[in-house]
Amino acid sequence: MDGEDRADAWFHALSDRTRRDILRRVLAGEHSVSTLAASYDMSFAAVQKHVAVLERAGLLTKRRQGREALASGDVAAVRSVGAMLTELESLWRGRISRIDDLIAEPDPGAEQAPPPPPPPTQPPTQED
Amino acid sequence: MPVTDVTHDLDARTLTIVADFAAPPKRIWEVYADPRQLERVWGPPTYPATFVDHDLAPGGRMNYYMTSPEGERYYGYWEVGSVDEPSGFTFDDGFALDEQFTKNTDLPVSTNVFTFVEHDGGTRATYVGTYASAEALQAVLDMGVVEGSSAAINQIDDLVAE
Repeated sequence: MDGEDRADAWFHALSDRTRRDILRRVLAGEHSVSTLAASYDMSFAAVQKHVAVLERAGLLTKRRQGREALASGDVAAVRSVGAMLTELESLWRGRISRIDDLIAEPDPGAEQAPPPPPPPTQPPTQED
Repeated sequence: MPVTDVTHDLDARTLTIVADFAAPPKRIWEVYADPRQLERVWGPPTYPATFVDHDLAPGGRMNYYMTSPEGERYYGYWEVGSVDEPSGFTFDDGFALDEQFTKNTDLPVSTNVFTFVEHDGGTRATYVGTYASAEALQAVLDMGVVEGSSAAINQIDDLVAE
């Protein structure tokens, strides 16, 4: 599958609410197809079809264990160590830019200082 | 942007990032020494971090969790190695299983060396993180991928709901 075809398959796979929900579940951990099917108000065959669409798009992998088909998210499979370090780098860049923002704020030590003295008291005003 | 250099060492599975901050090392140290400041920078805005225990001392332990937009908590810990205020510290960063912060030994631990040196009136910070294996690196990112992908998928959900 070339890049464009893959993108088409991804967008098609993600264009359906149930498939997005299935993908969320299998990215968090392996699920059997029957467990997934029990989570939706639709037939086993319909859920199986959704799983197959995600599998064809390369977003999910399946393996068999006895009579069970187990599905898990497969976003990681295509990544090399270099790409992984780049991803980690973006996490670190986020932290560094948050530190940069934080230190640009007034020193938090100053905030803990006693409040400034109240403004000089106004001369009493005439009550109506 | 304060990041001045990034090095990926694929063989050693090490990521090194150098950043220049416009504040003295003492101020950068305070960010790590104060749990309230640390939690503002450690987690991304969508996954804010909460430090439950914070002991930036040799052999000290930091326990924290990150909260997903759905309210799910991901637990983690630091085990502090050496501490040299305000010049830097070392720690191991790992995942925990639950709110008792029991170590999750199935997931990898990274070793980290943070160094803060005075430079041109500010601070040159060097962050070095090392992972034991490619599998370890992958497992760490998978945790992030779950977060990132869920966020991306939720955005699509929001978009199509309009």
